[in-house]
Amino acid sequence: MAEIKKDIFWAGYIDWELRNFHGYSTPTGSTYNAYLINDEQPTLIDTVKYYGAEEMIARIKQQIDPADLKYIISNHTEMDHSGTIRDVLKLCPNAQVVCTQKGADGLKRYFKEDWNFKIVEDGEELSIGKRTLKFFHTPMVHWPDNMVTYCPEEKMLFSNDAFGQHHASWQRYADEIGIDIAMEAAAKYYANIVMPYGMQVQKALGALGTLDIDMICPSHGLLWRDKDNMNRLLSSYDKWSKYESDNRVLIFFDTMWKSTEKMALRLQRLLEDAGIHVVVMNLEHTDISDVITEVLRSKFILVGSSILNNRMLPKMAAMLTYLKGLKAKNRYGLTFGSYGWATIGFKEMEQFITDGGIKLLGDGKYYKLLPDEEELETFSEFVDKIKEVFETE
Amino acid sequence: MDKYVCNVCGYVYDPALGDPDGGVEAGTAFDAIPDSWVCPECGVDKTNFEAC
Repeated sequence: MAEIKKDIFWAGYIDWELRNFHGYSTPTGSTYNAYLINDEQPTLIDTVKYYGAEEMIARIKQQIDPADLKYIISNHTEMDHSGTIRDVLKLCPNAQVVCTQKGADGLKRYFKEDWNFKIVEDGEELSIGKRTLKFFHTPMVHWPDNMVTYCPEEKMLFSNDAFGQHHASWQRYADEIGIDIAMEAAAKYYANIVMPYGMQVQKALGALGTLDIDMICPSHGLLWRDKDNMNRLLSSYDKWSKYESDNRVLIFFDTMWKSTEKMALRLQRLLEDAGIHVVVMNLEHTDISDVITEVLRSKFILVGSSILNNRMLPKMAAMLTYLKGLKAKNRYGLTFGSYGWATIGFKEMEQFITDGGIKLLGDGKYYKLLPDEEELETFSEFVDKIKEVFETE
Repeated sequence: MDKYVCNVCGYVYDPALGDPDGGVEAGTAFDAIPDSWVCPECGVDKTNFEAC
């Protein structure tokens, strides 16, 4: 059902088929959430990706004549939300596009046109009739141009990518699909999109914490209503943006002839015996976007690779480049692997891991060709380190 | 010593604190930071900063 509150409608596009969002795997698709407020100055908040134009415009037409739109709020320049502003403007050429200065600069770069922009400052208010829209700048959550829109009369926060999830559904509310499912999608989204910006998220949470909100309306996925559900989401964002994590171990590795895999599985068994939550991911079979979701939750990370042509394996390099960009903090790690004759690739691997925000707590364990049983048993030293960290941190 | 703000993301460089993770000791004036240094939040170079 499209109506969210009286005269406020969801007018977005359900992307049932999306499986890859610039490298982030989306097995359950996504949505681009556009919101229509049918007030005295009809307003559209964000639009959809280019191929969703027809559906979005049809949804708008079910409520109003698009020619009556007075404002298009562009909270974020990225093309999954700005992609169809132009299509809407064709129907309401005198409408103003409301955004930050950086938003306007970005939209002009993307679309090579100078629209009727209305630049808004942090905290600026816009009356659209019975309702007011208040804009809060949130730079680097997750681009420089980002802002969020708050409607005090409706207690609705249109948070754009913040609190978003990639999940396609007929249902619009997180409680309708199950909060655990929605939280899982929110965690993956945070890990892949927001993780480097903990400081900026903390700032935004501080500013938004003073507002009276009874519904969070992101630009992807499910909407959040009901105080308990919103608290669960907000407290997770608070925890993640403080770079706090759980006493869990993530093991991720790649392997050429299964030596490194043997080490990973021995580590798994030793951790199981110690009663420690462990997740094992083989980079040959696991998407980097799923690995990083586990990084978000895990305080200790064990990384293993074989050496190929003196370097770590290419899939490991890809994963660690991804990690370097997503910049975790307050996490600990140790490395392992196997080699034929040269170990210099491990130094590079260790540097990437450190650059990715994981503090290595000791030397890596690297064994030639295939480890012996005694050598595999030495991995209990890693488990001792992990226990120490979990008891003291 | 002036503080400098990044005009892309709003990060403020405070000379009293420096940017230790980025190799800049506390007490370093902005002008004394090497040109190879980048904003720790968004990655742009020094030319995007202004005194504040």
